[in-house]
Amino acid sequence: MNIKISALQFTREVKSGSISAEDFIAKTMEQIQNIDDNLHAFLSINDKAVDQAREIDKKIKSGGKIGQCFGMPISIKDNICIKDTKTTCASKMLENFIAPYDATVITKLKQQDAIFVGKVNLDEFAMGLSTEFSAYGPSKNPWNTDYVPGGSSGGSAVSVSAFECVASLGSDTGGSVRNPASFCSTVGYKPTYGLVSRYGLISYANSIEQIGPLTRTVEDAAFMLNLIAGLDSNDNTTVDNNNEDYLKDINSGIEGKKIGIIKEMIGEGIDPSVLSATKDAISKLEGLGATCEEVSLDMVKYSVAAYYIITATEAGSNLARYDNLRYGYDFSVEGFEFNSYIEKARKKFGSEVTRRMILGGFVPSAGHAGRYFLKALKVKSKLLRQINDAFKKFDLLISPTVPILPFKIGEKINDPVTLFLIDINTVTANLTGKPAISIPYAISNGLPIGIQLIANSMNDKLLLQAAYALEKTVKLPEVPI
Amino acid sequence: MTKIGLEIHSQLTKLESKLFCSCKANYREFEPNTNICPICIGLPGSLPRLNQKAVEKATMIAMALNCSTPEKIAFFRKNYFYPDLPKNFQITQLNLYGNTSVGGTGILMVGEKKIRITRIQLEEDPGRLIYEGSSEKNLVTLVDYNRAGTPLVEIVTEPDFENPREVREFLNILSNLLENLDVSDPSLEGAMRADANVSIEGGNKVEIKNIGSFHDLEKAIHFEITRQQSLHSRDIPIIQETRHWDDKRKITVSSRSKEEDLDYRYFLEGDIPWVKIGNEVKEKLKSEMPESISSKKQRYISKYNIPAQVADVLSSDKFYSDLFEDAHTKENAKEVANIITTDLMGLVDTREKRESSKLKPSHLQEIADSIQSNKITRNSAKNALYEIVKTGKKLSDLISELDLGNVSDESELLQIIESVILEEPQAVEQAKSNLLTINYLVGKVMQKTKGKADPKLTLDLLKKKIQ
Ligand SMILES: [Zn+2]
Repeated sequence: MNIKISALQFTREVKSGSISAEDFIAKTMEQIQNIDDNLHAFLSINDKAVDQAREIDKKIKSGGKIGQCFGMPISIKDNICIKDTKTTCASKMLENFIAPYDATVITKLKQQDAIFVGKVNLDEFAMGLSTEFSAYGPSKNPWNTDYVPGGSSGGSAVSVSAFECVASLGSDTGGSVRNPASFCSTVGYKPTYGLVSRYGLISYANSIEQIGPLTRTVEDAAFMLNLIAGLDSNDNTTVDNNNEDYLKDINSGIEGKKIGIIKEMIGEGIDPSVLSATKDAISKLEGLGATCEEVSLDMVKYSVAAYYIITATEAGSNLARYDNLRYGYDFSVEGFEFNSYIEKARKKFGSEVTRRMILGGFVPSAGHAGRYFLKALKVKSKLLRQINDAFKKFDLLISPTVPILPFKIGEKINDPVTLFLIDINTVTANLTGKPAISIPYAISNGLPIGIQLIANSMNDKLLLQAAYALEKTVKLPEVPI
Repeated sequence: MTKIGLEIHSQLTKLESKLFCSCKANYREFEPNTNICPICIGLPGSLPRLNQKAVEKATMIAMALNCSTPEKIAFFRKNYFYPDLPKNFQITQLNLYGNTSVGGTGILMVGEKKIRITRIQLEEDPGRLIYEGSSEKNLVTLVDYNRAGTPLVEIVTEPDFENPREVREFLNILSNLLENLDVSDPSLEGAMRADANVSIEGGNKVEIKNIGSFHDLEKAIHFEITRQQSLHSRDIPIIQETRHWDDKRKITVSSRSKEEDLDYRYFLEGDIPWVKIGNEVKEKLKSEMPESISSKKQRYISKYNIPAQVADVLSSDKFYSDLFEDAHTKENAKEVANIITTDLMGLVDTREKRESSKLKPSHLQEIADSIQSNKITRNSAKNALYEIVKTGKKLSDLISELDLGNVSDESELLQIIESVILEEPQAVEQAKSNLLTINYLVGKVMQKTKGKADPKLTLDLLKKKIQ
């Protein structure tokens, strides 16, 4: 049986009876057994997956009502809650946190008969872009296991890329879906802020992050969005999408569309192979009838700084609850003293989380907010104005997803500033709430390169149409696993 | 001049659910930590789900206190660590970007005095800490999150009070107002709390926290004024600080924790989008607002000719005015008002008594009508009321059961009058020369009839007999 098929292909085959969900899930679990010791995409495995698939097959045979997923194997980033399942955020702090409820996206996927094969790795609390900051060890890039898979949704990208599932849900705070998608040669899509409910996603920087799918194809990403998008009474920031069908007309093409090439994202520091891939993509888009033109968003220069200040501030608040009174390890109540208690408990955080928590205590504090936090908010609103202006002229914007190629595990872990700068092309979509997608575009020296497209808010359909058109021009080698 | 300002916290106890989840706003009947859910205990991944009703009620309060109400309101995070705070931040409001709290500046009149309201904000109540243990050494702190997330309105005043008496009057008026708006039941334990700040001429502002009751608030302010005056008279500077009210010793004590140094790192709560409160919504709320106390009072006076003092008492207490509204007719209004303010008040003067009272508006109606039609005397009415509050029995049943019916049979009454005249020759003589003293004899007749003699008939018959 071929497990290297797309999500939509899977649903078609199970529906037609040419494969059974049980066989496919069993094969997928076998794949995980075989290769995940090496890749370490998974933090926990659903040992009932095959049984669940069998139930779905029964339902299909008996002619019962069946959801759109037909038992599709999906992996879930371990910062999204599945009821009665450990949700660790790849942190020692939540080592034993068993979620008592389902995230809205999980509820929706369960209703559509998806099967969750397991929870996948991430940088601790989604802070990082390499999964090296996972408290349970890094995931490895299936294209070359000496290299990082990107992050923070590294486990999601690895599991999709290495056929340990057909699709995955990650979360994207500053590129956390798109970055690993780019590094592992999968599609990674961050929807418009508010399009997908965050209820059940453990917050890192709640004002800018979104749950998004990582898939093998753009169509699969649209399919996933169909399943998870929409208004949710449990998340007041969600917006009504009127049950939009993102798959419908996905092949509309991009003829006559205007595409802006973001100048600040193809400049200094970009790897030559990334630049040439980007140029190639631009000419392909022009070949499909789009017109491309450079556009400057000069606030992009400050976007990473603003991003880190805003995310640190929100993280400092969102993670404040992990104080060991309620999470972390158990202490004897003997000799209890509140401050020392907290001090000990906080040692459960890894170095990157600690770094951002400290930063988050500083940048919005009285006396410093003016120089940091308030300034970052100004950059954010100016950036939004600039990108909105750009969308008056352009339908879409384009850039490489990441300015560099995947790097080696351990290569940059002690250089946080360099690591931060890698986010330069992805954070803009988060700070402005715009939808953005990374599609696999090229392989250079055996390492993947992704191209990013950005659309205006709620223009997700157009974004997916353009990504679909571009994807059709690409033919890539298979992942060497 | 002494300046006192207040920060009042009032729970919106009349709401069905908490501010950000569907747990009960009325947490009081629950076993500890059973009125909780992933949202109000801040479990990872949970998000606040704003209770629109709370926004509406808080806006009503703002309008009732003549506060400006903004077009849009925003919520902020106040970050601090405390075991009763599940998320280690409180979702509250702040006017960081212009007026984005439910209420801006307003005014509440206390008699002739204007008290300026600084702002009104909507926020979540933390959980409750319960200290248990016999000694300092064995002290255990227990946390009950049943209260966490209860909708709370904070009302901040300018330092416009000059003495504790004004504070007390203000709080009375305010709690009546909140009760009348049907947003809160201030008599519930912990439903209304207040902190105060006090400064005297030439001194700095001192905040007093941790005051358990309004009664103690008055004491605390009093203590603080005296303390500051005594420092001042000895030329000792009064430093700006936060002091805690020591409930046991009834004094204020300087806080060891430097709360004024706390940096709350306020920022916008991204999980709750700004809430638009347009003119349409405001008009709708205005139309839904219960009639104000002062308008009720005016109506009672002008429509029913009820004396101002009675109307005042009746209108300012929602329990009484609701009873009145349901019981009165145009004909018996004055009588119903009288029964409530003279006879009923003593019977239902506590929350517990009100709750256990079996009295229905229909009872009051019956009583008033029976008095007006001379079926029973006021005195009997009072006795009946006592029984009704206890048992909820019908008045007609009680009249026969307790033999409360008026003695209005002329011959029966005449017999009694004659025996009184025989027993009280001196008083009779006196009444003959001064008719005003005849009331003594009426009283005697009443005594003999256990208050059931028709007073008017008694007087008429007595007069005839004597003259
Ligand atoms: Zn709750």
